[in-house]
Amino acid sequence: MTPLIEAQGLSIRLGGADVLSRVDFRIAPGEIVTVLGPNGSGKSTLLRALMGIVAPSAGRVLRAPGLRIGYVPQKLAIDRNLPLTVRRFLSLPRRVSDPQAMAALDRTGLPRALAGRQLGALSGGQLQRVLLARALLGDPQILVLDEATQGLDQPGEAAFYRLIEDIRAQTGAAVLMVSHDLHVVMAASDRVVCLNGHVCCEGTPRVVSTAPEYRALFGLGTQGALALYRHEHDHEHDHDHGDDHAPHAPFSHDHGPHTHA
Amino acid sequence: MIMRPMRRFPMITGHTLMLDDFLTRAALAGTGVAVAAGPLGSFVVWRRMAYFGDATSHAAILGVAMALALGLPVLAGTTLVALAMAGTVSALAGRGWAMDTTLGVLAHSALAFGLVAVSFLPGVRVDLSAFLFGDILAVGRVDLAVIWAGALVVAGLLVWRWQALLTATLNEDLACSAGLNPARERLVLTLSLAVVVAVALKVVGALLIAAMLIVPAAAARSLARTPEAMAVGATLIGILATFGGLGLSIAQDTPAGPSIIATAAVIFAVLLVASALRRAPASP
Repeated sequence: MTPLIEAQGLSIRLGGADVLSRVDFRIAPGEIVTVLGPNGSGKSTLLRALMGIVAPSAGRVLRAPGLRIGYVPQKLAIDRNLPLTVRRFLSLPRRVSDPQAMAALDRTGLPRALAGRQLGALSGGQLQRVLLARALLGDPQILVLDEATQGLDQPGEAAFYRLIEDIRAQTGAAVLMVSHDLHVVMAASDRVVCLNGHVCCEGTPRVVSTAPEYRALFGLGTQGALALYRHEHDHEHDHDHGDDHAPHAPFSHDHGPHTHA
Repeated sequence: MIMRPMRRFPMITGHTLMLDDFLTRAALAGTGVAVAAGPLGSFVVWRRMAYFGDATSHAAILGVAMALALGLPVLAGTTLVALAMAGTVSALAGRGWAMDTTLGVLAHSALAFGLVAVSFLPGVRVDLSAFLFGDILAVGRVDLAVIWAGALVVAGLLVWRWQALLTATLNEDLACSAGLNPARERLVLTLSLAVVVAVALKVVGALLIAAMLIVPAAAARSLARTPEAMAVGATLIGILATFGGLGLSIAQDTPAGPSIIATAAVIFAVLLVASALRRAPASP
């Protein structure tokens, strides 16, 4: 299937530092891909490069012609001097009708009464859903979510990911998200990409989740997730990325439980 | 160069018709500026560009000096220099400079260089206070046409780009992901600012143009629930301040430009207190 977005040998230098080097990435229609990585691993930069906001220093990014992107930013800093109701926000950048706006609120599990509220007066969870509702109104072929669950508690996070899965099932939109929490992400994603300036590894979470190593790594809450990060970023990266990190391959590294004692 | 006392009234020659006429022209001039300054000032407030307005309007004095030295129309000089300053500031902001200090330096040095440059003009007796504080009561028919042409161009440009401007103001990445170009929207605001500075110079003067942008918009904030309501409210408050300021100027023989800004500031304070009182019973 023709990918919606594809990066080939993507490298990005910002302020003299290599943020990304030789990243190959693709996402197909309807696919849910999660990019995981520690702070400063270039996750957000990868998203911005894939959307065409940052230009690559080397390599290239290909997007399907006329690709409709629904972007849910990490956070939205609203100047308190900018009055903005939820209803008005949903009409940016494209004006939508009242029924469309209400349908978007329904779909994201928000009460319609929220339409008249000021954006700055919403709780973190409500704001995330409003951002998602706005993104959906553009009838996106791909939803891009940058740390969308930051600031949500664990049930809130789980509910948000269930919502994303439902939306994918209803609309067939691909989902590309960046997250720090392996725990909840794993169940929803078709593919997980570990990033630390370059692609460390990628694979289908299902294969990983049935493996005993996965239980050892992720059975203990976020401590397990942190253990994976440590493992991935401590090892040597001198091998050829083109070969052993082929897309759709299961996690190619051995996650022996002994390494995470 | 001499600094004459601030101009207040043109000579009244006994024809009441003429009195009506210059007051009508003054009111129309202030209304024209408010039509552009309302929506533009709202963006200046939302994007925290207050100093941007200062730098651009202070540079207009340099434009006056250059126009007089070269024998060009003052409007051409101020437009060009305001455009150059606005473009410079916009480019610096785009490169991520720490804008607070940079803009402070640019704003004050533009004004200082402008004042020094005017003093060098040989044999020109310039009524500098008219450029610093405006001379709205001396607005002529041609001035009026220029003010309204500029104001309508700016208002039209802002209405045309409204959705894109608002999206880019809220979040530039969000705008990019929707296929918009935030740099282009910044350019729209830069151009608008230069035009407003050039046409408002005659009305409120270089020192108070930024106030005409910010004070009515800030006053409208406490009334508005949507960006559009704030922009329209800022225009209406700007018009109200023009009429109030002119009335004050006539009644008390105060300088017209500063009287308009002072009226706008009083409206701001009254609305702020009113909205605080309205909200008070709801809070514990």
